[in-house]
Amino acid sequence: MANLPNTTQKGSAKTYDGFGIPLILPAWIIIGFFLVIPVAMMLVYSFLTKEFRGGVIWEFSIGAYDQFFFYRGLFGDSPPTIEWTYISIFWRSIWQAGLATFFCLIIGFPTAWFIATRTGRNKTIWLFLITIPYWVNLLIRTISMKFLIRDNGPLNEFFLSIGLLSEPLHVINTNFAVQLGLFYSYLPFMVLPIYAAVERYNFALSEAAADLYASRTVTLTKVILPTVKPGIIAGCILVFVPSLGAFLAPDLLGGAKNFMIGSLIEEQFKGNAGNWPFGAAASMILLSLVLIVLTFYARSQTKDQI
Amino acid sequence: MSKDSEIAVDIHNVTKIFGSFTALKGVSLDIRDNEFFTLLGPSGCGKTTLLRLIAGFEEISNGAILLYGQDIAGLLPNKRPINTVFQQYALFPHMNVTDNVMFGLLRLGQEKSRAKTRVDEVLELVRLSDFADRMPNQLSGGQQQRVALARALAPSPKVLLLDEPLSALDLKLRQAVRLELQQIQVQTGITFIFVTHDQEEALTMSDRIAVLEGGRVQQVGSAREIYEAPENKFVADFIGETNLIDVNVSNIEAGKGSCILPGGEKITCAAAKGARAGPGHLSVRPERIKISASNKSLLQGITVRHIYLGTDLHIEVKLDTGGNVTIRMQNSTQIQIPDVGQSVKLDFDPSSARLLVD
Repeated sequence: MANLPNTTQKGSAKTYDGFGIPLILPAWIIIGFFLVIPVAMMLVYSFLTKEFRGGVIWEFSIGAYDQFFFYRGLFGDSPPTIEWTYISIFWRSIWQAGLATFFCLIIGFPTAWFIATRTGRNKTIWLFLITIPYWVNLLIRTISMKFLIRDNGPLNEFFLSIGLLSEPLHVINTNFAVQLGLFYSYLPFMVLPIYAAVERYNFALSEAAADLYASRTVTLTKVILPTVKPGIIAGCILVFVPSLGAFLAPDLLGGAKNFMIGSLIEEQFKGNAGNWPFGAAASMILLSLVLIVLTFYARSQTKDQI
Repeated sequence: MSKDSEIAVDIHNVTKIFGSFTALKGVSLDIRDNEFFTLLGPSGCGKTTLLRLIAGFEEISNGAILLYGQDIAGLLPNKRPINTVFQQYALFPHMNVTDNVMFGLLRLGQEKSRAKTRVDEVLELVRLSDFADRMPNQLSGGQQQRVALARALAPSPKVLLLDEPLSALDLKLRQAVRLELQQIQVQTGITFIFVTHDQEEALTMSDRIAVLEGGRVQQVGSAREIYEAPENKFVADFIGETNLIDVNVSNIEAGKGSCILPGGEKITCAAAKGARAGPGHLSVRPERIKISASNKSLLQGITVRHIYLGTDLHIEVKLDTGGNVTIRMQNSTQIQIPDVGQSVKLDFDPSSARLLVD
């Protein structure tokens, strides 16, 4: 102990403090400008009155939230009934995002396991292949997928030509197409955190489980999954959250009938036809949902650390 | 030391090949029931591979392993009544001590309440009852090691494998755990197969030791046999320290050999199996060589240096005929230590020397 530098000394304590603030400052500025201020603005906007050509009138109103949940007739003077339009869009978004998360997990876990158990250079190559699609903009990738799965697109043409299909499979503008788009867009977000967790996994634990009479299935469920759980949860959040607010895949692949909350919000701010307070309110509702999910995640994490 | 002579593990001519590397070359060993058996050797000698073959983590390339007469080659690790204490313990990090120890019992289909009783029993045995609710990361290295031991003992395996379980502990703890392990082995009556590269560990704990090197068994025997009567140069050198003196062997008869020392003296001493007439090596332990006060001596030389070891003192002597010899003396005040550069006469009892094969 005697040889350790004395950190309570004034000089050294100052040095550490002096370095700390400049280092953290850029992060605080970025978070402040690009996260706190925009979210605060949305929160304020959601409680303002709409201007008909887009924009807001600075006058307090809970009209946007009211419009989201209640229907008050064409002229707004009937007794309120529950407005199902937006709630069902919301519900569809949760369902689609949940489904996409599920499929990403089912496919992503074995993929991540495979990559993490490769040796040396192979591992790098597989990881590289996973990240390649990210070099192309998501919009372009989604449009390409739209082109691929069209009724007279190359996939249908191919299956027709080899006789596997007798008439084109109608995929575009269905929930399935949206699902496909979400799955494709966010799969790497599932693979990478699980990969990182499996990479750290101590394979001696699997041997220990087998040594203690566990079958392969029991080893997976009782030892492997609980140990890599943080990676799985991180992956699920990274897929679920952006899927929930996604608008490219539902817009381009789903068509008008398969609207998701992201598209709804997007429309409110587009052109002159939008309703900014309503868009802001829908954003706030979406954000609350995401925060609830994250709170559960944080709870489960702290419980693990006891 | 009355041990049952039934064979617990019969390793029969086992070969293990990894790609182009042969880790074990026709190893045969009989490990007796209720025995503390140690596989000793330097790293890369194949001892851990052999352990993993017994546990079932690797498949044998050739040969057979019998467990109480039954061939277990085709059984997966979870079908073998053998448990392992892993080198880095491999405790399940998401389970507390109780759940870790209970894991094997539950897999064997034991009822939870009965399993709990057994868990308490083993935790008592390894003196960890107060830590039953702790998570592994809240335990010290020594405690984790004991949890690993308890977890492996809980299902009452027929054979317990221990893969260098003490190597991660510090010296004091290691010495204490050695005694504990030995006691537990006696108490439980389970056959222990212990892997280590530490000769002191092997000598203090084992009923019998197999010395491995280069994927082959060099010698099997009790600690005393291996130390006192090494079969070859490797064993003599690896177990403890020894002086190897080049000699000329004149004849070998009935385990005895006559040889001529470099200085011209002729002695008769024990000879290892396979020793032949001609140039050979004589092994004499450092503590068996004395500095001779009289004129009669077997070797002569000049003191080169002293190495201070606390309880002991090493004195290195350069022989007049070439080559060095180390003498080990107890560090007592009564002893006279030759100064560096002083010429000394050395003597030893021929009965404590041994002629070796290469």
